[in-house]
Amino acid sequence: MALLKSDTKNEPASPRGGKVKIDVGDGQLIPDRADGSILSAWNIAFFGALSLLVILPVVKPDPYLRIIRFIPDGVLVTFQVTVTSILFSVVIGLFTGLGRISRIAFINRLATVYVEVIRGIPLLVQLFYIYFALGGFLQLPPMASAITAMSICYGAYMGEIFRAGLQSVPRGQFEAALALGLSRRQAIRKVILPQTIRIILPPIGNEFIAMLKDSSLVSILAVSDLLRRAREYSSVTFQYFEAFTIVALVYLLLTLFFSRLVGMLEERMDTRGKK
Amino acid sequence: MAKNNNQPLPPTDNRVTIRNATKRFGSLEAVKNASLEVKPGEVVLIIGPSGSGKSTLLRSINRLENLSKGDIWIDQDSVTEQDSDIRKIREEVGMVFQNFHLFQHLSVTENITLAPMTVKKMSKADAVTEANRLLKRVGLLEKADVYPDQLSGGQQQRVAIARALAMNPKVMLFDEPTSALDPEMVKEVLDVMLDLAKEGMTMLVVSHEMGFARAAADKVVFMDEGQIVEIGTPEDIFDRPSSERTKKFLQHIL
Repeated sequence: MALLKSDTKNEPASPRGGKVKIDVGDGQLIPDRADGSILSAWNIAFFGALSLLVILPVVKPDPYLRIIRFIPDGVLVTFQVTVTSILFSVVIGLFTGLGRISRIAFINRLATVYVEVIRGIPLLVQLFYIYFALGGFLQLPPMASAITAMSICYGAYMGEIFRAGLQSVPRGQFEAALALGLSRRQAIRKVILPQTIRIILPPIGNEFIAMLKDSSLVSILAVSDLLRRAREYSSVTFQYFEAFTIVALVYLLLTLFFSRLVGMLEERMDTRGKK
Repeated sequence: MAKNNNQPLPPTDNRVTIRNATKRFGSLEAVKNASLEVKPGEVVLIIGPSGSGKSTLLRSINRLENLSKGDIWIDQDSVTEQDSDIRKIREEVGMVFQNFHLFQHLSVTENITLAPMTVKKMSKADAVTEANRLLKRVGLLEKADVYPDQLSGGQQQRVAIARALAMNPKVMLFDEPTSALDPEMVKEVLDVMLDLAKEGMTMLVVSHEMGFARAAADKVVFMDEGQIVEIGTPEDIFDRPSSERTKKFLQHIL
C-alpha cells in the first residue's frame, strides 16, 4: 500500500526563483496514470505476481513445483477456448450490431431480442443449458459446448459494442457517402465500418480479457482448463491453498499481460494518422 | 409518401425543377409548397433566417430528405418518385456540407477516389490521375497524402468540393459551405466556388455570402418559415426587396 501511494502522489512544481506563483485552476481532474514510472500499478502487480510464481517453487518446491508442472495443459485449453470464442463472438457481434441499426424491422427486432435475452441469462446458466439441457438433442462434446456458449453469450455483448461503435461515427459521414452515389451497403463497408473498428478495438480488447477470466466457468463442463487442472490436482492432494494460489497468479499474469497489450493498441490508435 | 405518377414532366431546358415541395417533421412544416426552377449553368443562392427550411429544401434535391409532398426533377429524372434510381441521380448531383464530412480514415486522395472507384468502377490509376487534376484545381496538390484532421477548415472544404467534382456532377449543392470556417478561410473556398460558377456549373448555394452572390449568382431566393418569399436577381433582392420580410431580414445581416 505504501508503494502505491508514492506512485500516485503529484508534487506541484516549485515556484521559480522564489517569486510568487499563482496557481490557476486546481490541477488535473484525473491524475496521469504514471505509466512510465517503475512503480506503476501495473508493474507492481505484474512483477509481484511473476516473482511470487518464481520464488514459491524455489523456496518450497514440494507442492509448488509439482503444481506448476501439472497445470500448463490447462493454460493451453484456456487459451484455446478464449481465442476461438472471441473470433466467433466478434463475427456474431458484427452481424448483431449491423442488425441493431438495420432499417428492416424483422432483422432489427431479431438482433435486439437476441441481445436482450442472452444478456439477461448468466453465462454459467447458458453453459449448463447448452451442455446439459440441450445435450440430449445436440450431443455436443464439452469443448464445443463451452465454445458455443461463450460465443453466443459474448456475441451479444460484442453486438452492443459494434452498435455503439457504428452509431458513434457521425451521421454526416454516412450522408456524404450516400450523396456521392454509394449504396447503403457500400457506405457501411467503405466508410462506416473502417471508422467503427478504430473506435471499438479497445472495448473489444477489454471483452477479450473478461472472456479470459470467464473461461474459467467452462471447467464445470469437464473441459480441462486452468481452473479444472487445479481442481484435479487438489482433489487428490488436498492442497487447495497452494493449487488455487498458483491458479490465481497465473490468471492475474495473463490478464495483466493482455491489458497492457490493449493499452498499447489504444495508444497506437490515438497516434495514427498524425505522422 | 404516395407520389402522383401523372405529373407532367418539367420543360427539357430545366436542370433542376422543384414543384410544390412540402416537408413535414412531425407537426412542423419545414418547407411549405416551395417551387423553383434552375436552368443549366445558373447559380442560385438561397438565403433566409435559420430554421427557414433552406437546408431542408437543398437536401431534398438529392433525397437526403424525403419530401412529404411535391416533386423534384434533375433534368427529366424524378428524384421524389420512390422507385426511381436515386443512386444514379446522386452520382449527378454533387453535395458540399457545412462541416465538410471528409472521410476521416482516408487520405485526401482516397477521399476523392473512393466514389469514382466504388460507384463508377473507375480504375485506381485513372481515379488518382483525376484526383490530382482536381486537387491542382483547388490548389491542394501538395496535400494529396495527408489525412483530413491535418488540414485547416478551408482546406478541408476545398477537398470536399474536389471530392464532389470527381463524380463529374451536373449540379452542385452547397449547404452553408463557409459557415463553419474561420473568417480568413472563407475567401479560399469562395474563390473555388467562383471559378466553378464561371465554368458554367449549375449551383444551388445556401449561404449568406453577399459578395459571392453579387459576383456569381444569377438568382437569389429568400425563404422564411418554410416558404419561398421572393426570387430575384441579387440586385433586386439586396437593393430593392419587394417584401417586408425580406427587408427586415436583410437589415439583420447587412
